[in-house]
Amino acid sequence: MHESIFLAVLFPLVGFLLNALFSSMKFIKSGESGKEFFVGAFSTLMIVLPFVIAVGVFFELQSLPASEQKFVVNVYEWFKAGAMTVGVSYQLDSLSVLMMLVVTGVGSLIHLYSIGYMHGDEGFARFFSYLNLFIFAMLNLVLADNMALMFLGWEGVGLCSYFLIGFWYDRKFEGVGIETTTDAANKAFMLNRVGDFAMLGAMFLIFQKIGSLTFESILSQLSAFDQTHLFWMALLVFIGCTGKSAQIPLFTWLPDAMAGPTPVSALIHAATMVTSGIYLIARLSPLFMLAPDVMNLVAIIGAATAIIAASIAVVQNDIKKILAYSTVSQLGYMFLALGVGATTAAMFHLVTHAFFKACLFLGSGSVIHALHEEQDVRQMGGLQKVMPSTGTTFLIGAIALSGFPLTAGFFSKDELLAKTFASGNVALYAVGIVTAALTAFYSMRAYALTFLGDARWAHDKHPHESGATMTIPLWILAALSLIGGVIGLPAVIQEHNWIHGWLSRSQIVEKEMTMAHSTEWILLALSSAVAIGGLGFAYSIYTKKQTAAASQNGFYNLLLNKYYIDELYNALFVKPMRFVSEKILPTLDAALINGVLNGVGTSFISIARSLKIWQSGVAQNYALAIIAGLVAILSYLMLKQP
Amino acid sequence: MPNDYLLSLPILAAAGWSVLLIILEAMLSRAALTRVFAMLGFALVGGLSVIGFPLQGLAFSEMLRIGGFQHFANIIFCLSGLLVVALSEKYLDDENVHYGEYYIVAFISVVGMMLLAAAANMAILFIGLEMMSIALYVLAGLMRRDVRSNEAAMKYFLLGAFASGLLLYGISLIYGATGELALHKIAIAIQTGSASMLFWIGFGLLITGFLFKISAVPFHQWTPDVYDGSPTPAAAFMSTGAKAAAFSALIVVVTNFSTLLQNSPTWSLVISSIALATMVVGNIAALAQENLKRMLAYSSVAHAGYMLVGIAAATPDGYSGIMFYTLVYTLMNIGAFGVVALLESKENLLLASDYAGLFKHRPMLAGAMAVFMLSLAGVPPLGGFIGKYKVFAAAVDAKLTWLALAGVLASAVSAYYYLRVVYFMFMRDPVGEAISAPATSSLAFALIAVAVVLLGVFPTEILRITDAALKFAQLPTQTGF
Repeated sequence: MHESIFLAVLFPLVGFLLNALFSSMKFIKSGESGKEFFVGAFSTLMIVLPFVIAVGVFFELQSLPASEQKFVVNVYEWFKAGAMTVGVSYQLDSLSVLMMLVVTGVGSLIHLYSIGYMHGDEGFARFFSYLNLFIFAMLNLVLADNMALMFLGWEGVGLCSYFLIGFWYDRKFEGVGIETTTDAANKAFMLNRVGDFAMLGAMFLIFQKIGSLTFESILSQLSAFDQTHLFWMALLVFIGCTGKSAQIPLFTWLPDAMAGPTPVSALIHAATMVTSGIYLIARLSPLFMLAPDVMNLVAIIGAATAIIAASIAVVQNDIKKILAYSTVSQLGYMFLALGVGATTAAMFHLVTHAFFKACLFLGSGSVIHALHEEQDVRQMGGLQKVMPSTGTTFLIGAIALSGFPLTAGFFSKDELLAKTFASGNVALYAVGIVTAALTAFYSMRAYALTFLGDARWAHDKHPHESGATMTIPLWILAALSLIGGVIGLPAVIQEHNWIHGWLSRSQIVEKEMTMAHSTEWILLALSSAVAIGGLGFAYSIYTKKQTAAASQNGFYNLLLNKYYIDELYNALFVKPMRFVSEKILPTLDAALINGVLNGVGTSFISIARSLKIWQSGVAQNYALAIIAGLVAILSYLMLKQP
Repeated sequence: MPNDYLLSLPILAAAGWSVLLIILEAMLSRAALTRVFAMLGFALVGGLSVIGFPLQGLAFSEMLRIGGFQHFANIIFCLSGLLVVALSEKYLDDENVHYGEYYIVAFISVVGMMLLAAAANMAILFIGLEMMSIALYVLAGLMRRDVRSNEAAMKYFLLGAFASGLLLYGISLIYGATGELALHKIAIAIQTGSASMLFWIGFGLLITGFLFKISAVPFHQWTPDVYDGSPTPAAAFMSTGAKAAAFSALIVVVTNFSTLLQNSPTWSLVISSIALATMVVGNIAALAQENLKRMLAYSSVAHAGYMLVGIAAATPDGYSGIMFYTLVYTLMNIGAFGVVALLESKENLLLASDYAGLFKHRPMLAGAMAVFMLSLAGVPPLGGFIGKYKVFAAAVDAKLTWLALAGVLASAVSAYYYLRVVYFMFMRDPVGEAISAPATSSLAFALIAVAVVLLGVFPTEILRITDAALKFAQLPTQTGF
């Protein structure tokens, strides 16, 4: 099965090309359901097939003894320059296959959902072409056996994210310094550039030291690096990851990325692309283990991002913004886990988060769809009765996100918090548990304001349950959010749970941490209490008051305005940059650069004109030139007889 | 060991086929038929070279050296001949000079090129060179009622004969110094004894002869005049096939003397300076040309300079780069000349500004021409870029970074005159009436353009072949297997 891995990458690419063709041919006249279904089903199939291959590879890997569980498939040599050879080659180990399963599995469901969601949109085929291209890039990212190809995927997903955030390029979108969806797309793209620059720096450092970019040789030659090198490499990789995975200080793009269609938010900005930073650090975990300072930084940034984003989420009124800040916060959790050395816990949370956050986003999409693009929770309410499937699955997603006992989110969040506690960072643990309380609170707040209480939407709207292509993915994701935790039961229940066993077969490493069973029970109980408490508190408030705002004090405004971080960035970076590029550079450009360039150009042309004199057209002169050249050559050869 | 006849089958077949063409034309005198047979002949000989690719050895009393290198060169010559013949008919018809002899002479010229590349003995080398050149003089003067064509032929002949004289004089001095005419024996002679002053003078004269043929500065001045006056397809032929042949022979000569030349800073400086001068003068002079044929002539000078960088590097990588370069150059330059010929014969359009708005009327033709121009300018991912990259990289490896740098700067200058054509075709509105051209020829150019793109995107296979092909050329003392 593993030999056919190139097919898994090829299918989405074919899907992209054909959809691009459909799109440019205007194959679908707006709202032709039959053709829409054909295009949508075809695109979905192009993701389901890689999923089937991923499952096949999964079983193939599992049937092998643990020591041999890795395939490297060389598809072809991409380029060769000096000592560097970069191949399009894919490595299949337990880590990359796990990521591939998530990407193609959740990806398939979201493709299916999009058939219903995008119905009637003018850019139906264009949407699916971008979505397919995204999966193509994402698969390259997670399967690449070298950082160069990984970076191709890394940039590719960023590009698709840009396309999809600005998908409705003519729509208005509000934000700090943002007026249209295109501005939001630009913001995402540029903040990612900052991170990508650091990532490139890390790759240069690695290549300079060991002359190779394959993960295999990086991880086997770690002893070649000295402490300073390790520090800078790990730091640069981490900065790269803060861009893609929306961490402090580069997280501000993700909430604005909600300008894109909701399935995009679910697929790219919750389940897959934003987790690529976590994947990469896990992949390079042996390197990070050798850079303890950076590990501490990762943990601190993760924890800080988690609590700051969670506190912002508590007061937001746009349902997608709530979920966006929640995503930032949950990604912070994963970085916290990575930072304390609990690599597996981070990956576990990545998987469960993909389930419940995709479920929540798709649920919110269903609501937004039913209310004709209404996203403000203050204009919702009472939807549980009219949209029972959406409401129930949203509730399941929300309690899984909160870490309600026995849901998927409960086990993964508990594990990473327990590991944080076990690592001895009690302060970080405290931040984590407060964040958990906030998480439970805003989850229930979002659910209660949207689905419970009285209907606050306009009377001319007649919301109804979405169609089967949208509810089936919701139910599957809800089911996974409920039971997905079985892959990583805590040690007190199951000594060696599945995901630990599975990931231990790859090269990822983590810190050994042991904990008394009694302590673990206490932490479990605490997590449960916090989750239930937060949920209950929010329920009691928002089923009674039915208004979004708690009280309009200063702290509330601070949170509502997201700590004014966007304003700060705007004043610090955007405005000075604008000033320079609008006021100073044009003059410089006209005077200096154009002047010099045009001067060089005209002087070359006048030289060329003067050369014409030599081209007399007289053959004797040409012969004379030949003789002159010959004499020059011969006299030089004779003078400096070689 | 394959026998002599089998080994040199492509050359023998080509020689035989040219006789067949003469008889055919003499008996039937139907140019169109001769043309078809000439094309068949090129295909046949090229095919024989492909099939015979692995064969190698010395043939006919060590007169001919046949190996992958020669086969690869033969394929380029045949490709050049085939494309030129295919694109000539309309031009010749329009100029009223559609004679069957044109094809026969072109074919004989290719036989000369093949001999030139396969020469293991300087006598054969001279015969090949003359066979090729005299045929080209005839092609240049084909339009005998046109003053400029006559002038071109006369100039080419006079200066060519002059250069041949120098070359022959060089051969005789080398013979005088070493007592040998066979290249590999000369190599042994100068290895055992040391190379005398007499040898170096002879070598300088020999090289000058080649530098004339490839139009290196300061031996280049005939180039614009001759290309301008000749029938345009013939100019395409001179700039690709003949140039490839001269480079092939030059590579054979310098690889035979590689032990002597590789350790010689003097030689390196001489050839580097000429390469530099050729790149600079060719590119700068091309800037001022309004007439596209003259522009392409200077561009052909400039490209000779880039290829000389590979000779200056004096490494297998450099030579392999040149081989790849000649292949790409053959495709893109015949493409460019072909488009010029097509428009010239129809409307007498020769200036870059005459191409204004071509894209609107003939998008496929304009697209193909844009590919040729961009590839000539060395824009990735087209074939021309890979060719330049290979020779420049070889120069850097050979510690001639300054030369590679100069080459890159010179080719930056070249972007101006190539892109000017693209600019007129795409950015300007058409003036006057629609430029018409048969759709089939547009398709042919599109195919050549696709080949140029493919060579740029997937160069690895071809480069593997050129690397392998060089192996035999590098073994001067080997007397066959």
